[in-house]
Amino acid sequence: MSYQVNEKGYYGDFGGAFIPEMLYPNVEELRSRYLDIMQEESFQKEFRQLLKDYVGRPTPLYYAKRFSEKYNTKVYLKREDLCHTGAHKVNNTIGQILMAKRLGKNRIIAETGAGQHGVATATVCALMGIECVVYMGEIDIKRQAPNVARMKMLGATVVPAISGSRTLKDATNEAIRDWINNPVNTHYIIGSVVGPHPYPDMVARFQSVISEEVKKQLQEKEGRENPDFVVACVGGGSNAAGIYYHYLDQEEVGIIAVEAAGEGVLTGKSAATSALGREGIIHGSKTLLMQTDDGQITEPYSISAGLDYPGVGPMHANLFRTGRGEFISITDTEAMAAGLELCKLEGIIPAIETAHALAIFETRKFREDDVVVVNLSGRGDKDLNTYIEHFNL
Amino acid sequence: MNRIKQKLQEDPSKKLLSIYFTAGYPQPEDTVTILEELQKSGVDMVEIGLPFSDPLADGPVIQRSSEAALKNGMTTNKLFAQLKNIRETVQIPLLIMGYFNPILQFGVEKFCQKCKEVGIDGLIIPDLPVEEYELQYKDIFQQYDLLPVFLITPQTSEERIRQIDQISEGFIYMVSSAAVTGGTAGFGQLQKDYFSRVSKMGLKNPLIVGFGIKDRETFSAATEKTKGAIIGSAFIKHLTENGTENIQDFIRKARD
Repeated sequence: MSYQVNEKGYYGDFGGAFIPEMLYPNVEELRSRYLDIMQEESFQKEFRQLLKDYVGRPTPLYYAKRFSEKYNTKVYLKREDLCHTGAHKVNNTIGQILMAKRLGKNRIIAETGAGQHGVATATVCALMGIECVVYMGEIDIKRQAPNVARMKMLGATVVPAISGSRTLKDATNEAIRDWINNPVNTHYIIGSVVGPHPYPDMVARFQSVISEEVKKQLQEKEGRENPDFVVACVGGGSNAAGIYYHYLDQEEVGIIAVEAAGEGVLTGKSAATSALGREGIIHGSKTLLMQTDDGQITEPYSISAGLDYPGVGPMHANLFRTGRGEFISITDTEAMAAGLELCKLEGIIPAIETAHALAIFETRKFREDDVVVVNLSGRGDKDLNTYIEHFNL
Repeated sequence: MNRIKQKLQEDPSKKLLSIYFTAGYPQPEDTVTILEELQKSGVDMVEIGLPFSDPLADGPVIQRSSEAALKNGMTTNKLFAQLKNIRETVQIPLLIMGYFNPILQFGVEKFCQKCKEVGIDGLIIPDLPVEEYELQYKDIFQQYDLLPVFLITPQTSEERIRQIDQISEGFIYMVSSAAVTGGTAGFGQLQKDYFSRVSKMGLKNPLIVGFGIKDRETFSAATEKTKGAIIGSAFIKHLTENGTENIQDFIRKARD
């Protein structure tokens, strides 16, 4: 059994392309060409070169000694926080901007929630001299002013999404509407492993450089390619897809997905999609999503803006349904405490999204000789205000 | 015989006017009144919009009407309750137009069965692609005598138009331009060429144009080479400003 996408664009029961006909030519063009383009030697060369010289890859695999001692197991941190722009998001935007160029597109659109993907997209557009329009919920624009300024400095136009709940899901709707209105010259850089096929697979492939590096690095450090567990936080799930990718079909490697419980799974203020979601369609993909009995998509909540997406990528929905992945949810309070703890024990300020993944060690016990790799997906600079408020710093 | 098929065959020279409105808007219980008024106004066919939280092919006017309808407490069950006795007063063809997720949650078969019970003739589900329809839902639609209506756009290739024509029954929904609903630009040479190009393809299904039809001028431009046209956003604007009053005036101005 494989946990990769099949030739029809499905992960088990999940995935597909539930898109209006207006998007068909664009999505079909991408679907029919993405694998060939990615396999071109010139593409690989340019992609690898930029990841090395511009993004700063490979990122270190760091043995967190004091953290490991505290939890009595062996914890490695994959330092995606050291990527240019501060998170793993740029691996995907580098790949997609090169894809867009080969498809002959001269205008880029993107959605963003907290602004990390928006910044990563604006960055690669500046790098390539391509026009960039980023859709961002009106409410998020107010909450994330520094990232809005960064995008503007990088030359992007930031358009407020004023429909619906005016957050990430609505920014995604607006980006899709833009693509409907501009079907010829525009490429849509989706920021996570969500959306219609081939996006979940394409984004996972661009992010798979993470687990590709882990295999080599772990071989050097532990004399084996496979850890016992890989751990990542999951909103849409792109950093998780990246660190799971080369381990998906190696069943001896445990896969742990950490979702945001918000104030608690059953409080009505949560983003724990696996616990609260049902199968449905969101942004062109059949997956698990949070919705009313009547099929209206509901607004999730998490203290971390990067995790409050009402759906989850189809790869992850399948990992959940098949039991291949172990899903754990972590509250705001637990995540904040874990974030602060990593600062004190290892001198690393993690993004609050990432802090969710670190928080599982309080309750999820591992054996002393287990090798556990946590994807340290982003750094916490963007979250300083939240840390300040939460801890009265 | 299915009422849509019958209507399309009635008078070969007649251009059909279809109206879209969002169920549960402006007031939650307006659905029946609006349908009756539209029939009285001589409208040929109506698309009843099932509101959705995330209508990604729609422009601001229909988005806002959907949002308002949901705030009004509109649900799929409520719509079927409102339509329960609709065939006692309204005889023109009725379609439901809605995004796929609410239908999926209701249960596709149960939804189709309910449609048949209340007298719905066809379904337009913009985010259910023809491939998925053929694979999973075609038999159910046929069992309940619901015509599937699919969209084409100026970017749709000839090959795909022919594929969609094979699968469609009733009519093809011809999206006028590369845009979400509610466009106001009017029709230029590009659209006219597109209407004319597709109308010459000899398709088995007639073409009905939607998106950007708002008045007499756009209606006649859209129907010069096609069987009919659909007014949506412009009618919703009328409802926003007038409630269910003066619907007959609006229709007269759009058509005569």
